[in-house]
Amino acid sequence: MTTKSKREKTVKWGEEPKIGWMEAMYLPAVMSGVATAVRHALSGKPMTRQYPEVEPEIPANYRGVHRLNRDEEGRVKCVACYMCQTACPANCIEIIAAPAPKDDPHWENRDKYPATFTIDELRCIYCGMCEEACPVDAIELTSIYDLTGMTREEMIFDKEKLLSVFDKTIQSGQDPVRTNRGALGPASEEAETAKQGPPPPGRGRKG
Amino acid sequence: MIEYMKELWPILWPTLGAIGVILAFVPILGLYMTFIERKIAAYIQDRVGPNRVGPFGLFQAIADGIKIFLKEQVIPDHVYTFLYFIAPTFSLMTAMFALVVMPFGPVPVEYESGFRYVVAPGIDIGIIMMFAISSLSAYGIILGGWASNNKYSLYGAIRSCAQFISYEIPLGLSIIGVIAATGSLNIEKIVAAQGGSLWDWNLFWQPLALLVFFTSALAETNRLPFDLPECEQELVGGFHTEYGGIKFVLFFLAEYTHIVTVSFLTVLLFFGGWHFPGLTGPVDASLGGMLLRTFVLVAKVCGVVLFIMILRWALPRFRFDQLMGLAWKGLIPLGLVNLFLVAVVLTLGLPKHLLAGTAVLLFVAAMISTYQLQRTLNQSNPRVMNGGIRGVSV
Ligand code: SF4
Ligand code: SF4
Repeated sequence: MTTKSKREKTVKWGEEPKIGWMEAMYLPAVMSGVATAVRHALSGKPMTRQYPEVEPEIPANYRGVHRLNRDEEGRVKCVACYMCQTACPANCIEIIAAPAPKDDPHWENRDKYPATFTIDELRCIYCGMCEEACPVDAIELTSIYDLTGMTREEMIFDKEKLLSVFDKTIQSGQDPVRTNRGALGPASEEAETAKQGPPPPGRGRKG
Repeated sequence: MIEYMKELWPILWPTLGAIGVILAFVPILGLYMTFIERKIAAYIQDRVGPNRVGPFGLFQAIADGIKIFLKEQVIPDHVYTFLYFIAPTFSLMTAMFALVVMPFGPVPVEYESGFRYVVAPGIDIGIIMMFAISSLSAYGIILGGWASNNKYSLYGAIRSCAQFISYEIPLGLSIIGVIAATGSLNIEKIVAAQGGSLWDWNLFWQPLALLVFFTSALAETNRLPFDLPECEQELVGGFHTEYGGIKFVLFFLAEYTHIVTVSFLTVLLFFGGWHFPGLTGPVDASLGGMLLRTFVLVAKVCGVVLFIMILRWALPRFRFDQLMGLAWKGLIPLGLVNLFLVAVVLTLGLPKHLLAGTAVLLFVAAMISTYQLQRTLNQSNPRVMNGGIRGVSV
């Protein structure tokens, strides 16, 4: 090497690790490798979980299939505010809002409700943004992970199906941990902060 | 004509029978070896392996076979169709052809009529024929790589070519010692020469030859420490990238047949064939003795196959320059020196077990000397002599 290029000067050159003469003989190393393999083969303690028979324990904060929560009176909790649809990066939520039937006593303290609510579970990336956006904790991601279907249409969940997921998870005690049931949710905090005046610059929510 | 056939029949039927045995057993063996290999791999990696089809997954191999036969035959647009089809067939054909001189059971040295456990008994160039045919298997791989018309396949084929050429040399060198000691190229005679006590097995007085032989034979089978022709991380699938379905399986059947061949050869040449302590001397013709010897032989072969399979999961793959270095700088000199020592012992009529001790000493000495040489070279020019690599950027 006559002239050292800039790269040559700035690059730090390492060496291959030196091997002693025991390692240079290969055979001891080969034998210890074989011994390790045999030891594992004879240990008889496979790590395998026999999946369909033995199901894994899914952590409660897993983001799986969605559900639409019900309120205490069994109505759909969603107020059709479109927050989730707006937040969804995959554009897979479609809501059509309708005014709540005023003459029905069952709906009298509600303004709006979703007439239809569909989620394309195939398009969803399970990011959980919808859940975060929802002001009333109406939409949640459960720990159901084995979502399968024979057709694409089957995988587009409508309101009924999403509510049935709620019923199922409530029964089986697979409640997601993020749920803050009882409390009114972030929207009410917003109301609290509104009373205290505008948020300090750079912190509050946009819009 | 009929008369002639009648006359010929006593000679013909044992041969046809032996061919039948080989033709029937190779595919079944191949299928079941994939199953066993998967199981062994699983146990070594602390898994359970295939266990869904049948008890312990025993029918997995059959299910695989059916699946593969029913698979769609995809022929890529850009291949040379004729060569593309002929290559896997050729691979398997050569692999099975090598089994012609392979005794898969005890063969008496003087050939009587009756079933003889080998297709072509008493071939006096047996082992040469075997090497000649089995080195042809590179041909199938090269054809496949070339016909695929794909650079990865071609690289795989070229690597395989270089590997075969390099490892043929130590392979040949290593068995010359054995042949010289027996004075025959006939495999049955080589086995018969190890028929005395346990200490007559070639393994115990030519361990160096065994080492060289086994390593280079392993390289010839393209198995894992030496599977550069198909190494997935660099070449997608190597020579079989473009192959699928039954054509791919033919390649793999050839590979497994090679493993069987190599294991048989190792046992026959070094581990005393069908002999065992208590089961020595010439082969008696009784049925019980025959079956017992067959069992001993097959059990030994299974042991070697098992070892080859375990090796696959125990060792990392060689880099190509290391592979070449091992052959040219390691195995060939060792083989030559071993040959020299065998010649000295045989010529001077020294006790042959002297060789075993010297072989071990020689091995250690050779390694220390190469190590020292490498080190002095490294010190004088650290950048260039690092096995060809100029250093690693940190
Ligand atoms: S989890 Fe993410 S992608 Fe799926 S619906 Fe909710 S916001 Fe959309
Ligand atoms: S954000 Fe919540 S309340 Fe608003 S539409 Fe979505 S699910 Fe309904």
